[in-house]
Parts: sequence; structure tokens; C-alpha cells
Amino acid sequence: MPDVTITVNGQRETRAVETRTLLVHFLREQLRLTGTHVGCDTSQCGACVVHLDGRSVKSCTILAVQADGAEVTTIEGIGTEEKLHPMQEAFRQHHGLQCGFCTPGMIMRAIDLVDRDPDADEKTVRHQLEGNFCRCTGYQNIVAAILAGAIAMRNQT
Amino acid sequence: MYQFEYHKPTSLAEALGLLAEDADAKLLAGGQTLIPTLRQRLVSPSALIDLAGVPELTGIGRSGELLSIGAMSRYAEIIESPMVRAIIPSLSRTVEVVGDPLVRNRGTIGGSLANNDPTADLTAAVLALDATVVTDRRSISADAFFVDLFETALEPCEILVRIEFPRPSRSAYIKFRNPASRYALVGVFVAEVAGRVRVAVTGAGPKVFRELMFEEALQRKFSPEAVKDLEVSASGLSSDLHASAEYRANLISVLARRAVSAALNEPSHGI
Repeated sequence: MPDVTITVNGQRETRAVETRTLLVHFLREQLRLTGTHVGCDTSQCGACVVHLDGRSVKSCTILAVQADGAEVTTIEGIGTEEKLHPMQEAFRQHHGLQCGFCTPGMIMRAIDLVDRDPDADEKTVRHQLEGNFCRCTGYQNIVAAILAGAIAMRNQT
Repeated sequence: MYQFEYHKPTSLAEALGLLAEDADAKLLAGGQTLIPTLRQRLVSPSALIDLAGVPELTGIGRSGELLSIGAMSRYAEIIESPMVRAIIPSLSRTVEVVGDPLVRNRGTIGGSLANNDPTADLTAAVLALDATVVTDRRSISADAFFVDLFETALEPCEILVRIEFPRPSRSAYIKFRNPASRYALVGVFVAEVAGRVRVAVTGAGPKVFRELMFEEALQRKFSPEAVKDLEVSASGLSSDLHASAEYRANLISVLARRAVSAALNEPSHGI
């Protein structure tokens, strides 16, 4: 089995993996970072979104070997229990979730979209969430949370 | 997923060597189709040859009147390229409606073209814009590249290197999405390149094709009215649970008119 070295949430991690190991399974099963979810198994739902070298991607559609040498940020890497990331705080404040299963992917996607387009309006946010499915909420509060999170992220910097 | 070997060559020559050695190996570009297909065990290659480390396949550049896009350019890179937006804005906008933003962060133009999915968006852009597909050994015209359902003119051991687009005088793509899958139920790309009008249709049949009747009408007069009364035959078009062949035929007419309007409204090309 090949070794891969991936910097996850700032920490270099080297593990032996099967070539067919998906990045999401590397994160969940080998590093026990279970905040990244597997929702659909068909590359559609976006529950598994992480940042790979600064871009949001579906970690269920990337092999761990493809991420060798890369930097990955997961939902565990953006805030602490004492101090949530502004986007996490916005989801809490605006009740941007119901069951919460899609939330890690939503938040990782939201941070990336706000990083690239800090002034995104509601229409843009909805369009940019096309790869993230929520089966509970109808997206209203998710979009409200992202718009508020964008302002909070702007004020933070 | 079945087991496979994994190789990550660092040059085109090395990639070609690996491919020639193993008839059952598959090339891995962005993986946004191949990895889901592997997961469903619909394919079981002996090895994957990851092209992400091959420098010859990257880069977006301009040579004379041609826009050249490396096969491993990811959709997001193409969208963010000011050069693409300046030279062929309709191409930027086409890439913006491929998949979803997460797919666009990984998927590549070369992967999409080599896969030749009948509902892909970029196949229509390449065919309508009369682009040239450049491989490690030859240049293939768009008209000759798309052979059949998921089949291209690429030889088993040939690697797509880049795509060269001529600059159109006007062009636009209109996609009618399947509301669930977001794939093109039908998409129509209209372009005028070097004085010739080309109309490419995706999603409607087993592969992307040109609608010659529309091209002739638009050649005479480039306006939505020119194609208003043209009826597309449903014969040979796809019919499935998403839409009947007749419905797709009607969509081709409707979308062609909209694409012509959009092309006329597009700010003038060029820099």
C-alpha cells in the first residue's frame, strides 16, 4: 500500500492507504475526523465537502492518493468549541440546519464561496450552493446564515 | 471500487509510456465522472494514470487568433481566466453551467471531451466553435473528434493535450437543464466563426451534432426569425424518462432561437 502525506487542518499526516481509498474515508476512518459526512455515495449531495488546497471539493470524489502532498481543511479545522468560525456562528444564530447532516458540507462550501466573492448576493449564494443538498430545510435559513456569515467574515478581517 | 494500480507521471512521455505498457489502464483527469463510475464498479481498470502532474497538459494561452486551453485545465481555472472571458465570453459562460461549483473545482475540459458524454456542455462549445483537439501526435477537427456515444477519435494510447479555439465573431450557449440532474436535457451552442455559422446540439441524441438546417438559415440571416419556422425532426433523437424525442426536437428550435438572440446581445468580442 502506498504512503500518502496530507496536511490536514495544519497537521502533517502520513498513512498507508489503498489506492482506492477515497479522501473522505481517509479522513473519517484513518484520522477519525468524522465531521465530514458521506451522504449519497454518488457524488451529488455535498455533505463531504472539504477544502483541498483552498478550494471546496467533494472528498468522496477524490482518491486519497490524489491528495498526496496537498493541504486539506475539514469542518474540524475552522473553529473551536469556545470560538466558532463566524460562518458556524451564523448557522447557529440563523438556525441554518434541521437535522444537521448536510451542515459541515454547507459550511465548508459557504466559507469558500464567501472567500472568493465576499459581496455575493442572495441569488449568487443560491446558485453557488447547487452542489450541496439539504433535505430538511428548504434552504431559506441556510441562505440567510451564509449572507450573515459573509458580513461577519468581512468584519473579522 | 475494485483494486487498481496508481501512477502519477510527471511528463507526457512518461504518461504515454505507462499507457502503452498496460492496455487496461485508464487515464485519470479530474475524476468527476471516472471516480463515481469506479465506485459503482461499472469500470475496473488495472491501473489509473493520474495526469495531474503532467505539465504539458496545463495552461491557458493565446497564439495569434487562437485561444489554447490545456486538457488538464480545471473548469474553475477556465471560468477565472480573464483571457478566456475576453476572447470567447460564451465559453466562460458555458463552463459556468457545467456540473456544480464543487465539480467545477476538480473537473477538467480534457476529461469532459475525452469522455464525450451525450449530455456534456463543452462538447457543444467545441463543435460549434470549430475548435481543434490537439493530442500528443496530431490535430483533430471538432467535426471528426466526436464519434459516437462516449466514443471519440482518440486512439487507445493517445493523450489529449490541448484544445485550440478560434475566436468567434458572435456566439452563445443556451442550456435547458434537467431539473433534477442539472445535466443538459438539450443544449444549443450557436457560433459564427470566420464568417460561417455553426449550430451544435447536445443532450438530444447519442452524441453532440450539428443542426445543418439551422446553420443554412442563419447563414442567410443571423436572427431569431430566421429559424422561427424551422421544424426539427424527432427521428434519431433520444427518448427516455426525462423527455420524449418530440419534446427534445421542439427544445432544439426554442433554444436555437434563444441562443441566436443571446449571441446578438453579447457585447462585441475581442480585446
